[in-house]
Amino acid sequence: MSIAAKANALWEYANPRKFLATSERVLPFFWITSGACLVVGLVWGFFFTPDDYKQGSTVKIIYLHVPAALMAINCWLMMLATSLVWLVRRHHVSALAARAAAPIGIVMTLIALATGAIWGQPMWGTWWAWDPRLTSFLILFLFYLGYVALWEAIEDSDTAADLTSVLCLVGSVFAILSRYAVNFWNQGLHQGASVMRAGAITGTDTEEKVSNIYFYPLLLCIVGFVLLFIALVLYRTGTEIRARRIKALLTRERVNG
Amino acid sequence: MIALLLRDLKLAFRAGGGFGLGLAFFLIVTVLVPFSVGPQSSLLSTIAPGVLWLGALLACLLSLDRLLALDWEDGSLDLLATAPLPLEAVVTIKALAHWLTTGLPLVLAAPFLGVLLNLPAPGFAWLVISLLIGTPAMSVIGTFGAALTVGLKRGGLLLSLLVLPLYVPTLIFGAEVARRGATGMETQTPLLMLAGITAATVALLPFASAAVLRINLR
Repeated sequence: MSIAAKANALWEYANPRKFLATSERVLPFFWITSGACLVVGLVWGFFFTPDDYKQGSTVKIIYLHVPAALMAINCWLMMLATSLVWLVRRHHVSALAARAAAPIGIVMTLIALATGAIWGQPMWGTWWAWDPRLTSFLILFLFYLGYVALWEAIEDSDTAADLTSVLCLVGSVFAILSRYAVNFWNQGLHQGASVMRAGAITGTDTEEKVSNIYFYPLLLCIVGFVLLFIALVLYRTGTEIRARRIKALLTRERVNG
Repeated sequence: MIALLLRDLKLAFRAGGGFGLGLAFFLIVTVLVPFSVGPQSSLLSTIAPGVLWLGALLACLLSLDRLLALDWEDGSLDLLATAPLPLEAVVTIKALAHWLTTGLPLVLAAPFLGVLLNLPAPGFAWLVISLLIGTPAMSVIGTFGAALTVGLKRGGLLLSLLVLPLYVPTLIFGAEVARRGATGMETQTPLLMLAGITAATVALLPFASAAVLRINLR
């Protein structure tokens, strides 16, 4: 298949019927693999890795903290992409996917903040510090709240999709700006990127990095979270599509009856 | 364009458009702060730049839901949308009128309120400069928020929820300029960042506001 044909194949899923059929077929696969990855990764991580010599067993919270934080950001990126698709190509499934993803993003942000607080208490001696990373996550949480609130507030669904999409675009720019502003504003306690760094994975740099003992179960947990996120988004988008259909049916009944 | 600006200014001054409300709110916030944190002048002078910036920001926020709502209710917004003037220009003028009636008075009032909070002497000039540069961004961002929520019945609170996260960069850099100015540190970096944010928002956000307004007027 040529690239153009493949690209066309992707747009076929803009058809809700096709999207529902395919997502129903692949959903069990995503549920099962994500469940398996998470169970294996978490059990491996919690019971079969040694305690850190400095952090003791609290280091193991990394298996929830890092994947959740990663997904919190990627969820926003996914919403940005689907919002763009909605604005440009007006596929309803795309807008509904963005709507379905937002609450998942909120939960991921909350998990990252909560596990971070629980981790920070024994390590830094405080539940919360106005550290750039922590602060930007809190701001990201506010952006999610505003986005969801706007979806809920507007009755006409196409208008809501349009307005939230624009908000998502503008919000993304401001989220990045806030990240830099917050970095400028306060130097923090949180360590830098130490998982997804080219040197860290190949082991060429000697700066603080996540040791390989922790890295493999962590990688498994990240994969599990990604798959779980995809499964949840597909599932929730399906629910949104069905809710939209029920609404349309009810309206038709009222008009005809 | 000038006629529209004059009309908005007149409305704001005459028809109880809440011209003085923002100022009064700013005054009250500033007066309440010493009651809540205690009257020690050293403490007050430390927090004065931040409190004044926050007060100005909240006063600006308070006036946002009237920015487009009145025109929406009496239908003049629909007329403006069908007028030969592009909607981008309309929202820019609206933002300018909002700044002239809300932002500028806040800037002018800030030094007097600074006296109440025992702001250190070198801080006055920096406070005024930072507010002067920062408040246009607040007006433009606020216009975007107002355009987003204009058709909603209870948009006021939602408007605050949407706009406050967007104010974060402006507040951080603006308050940083005022704080550094008050303690005699160099202010160039945050000042340039603040000016950059204002320039970028003034240049780009009217397009987003106009797009959003078109969706709402559809």
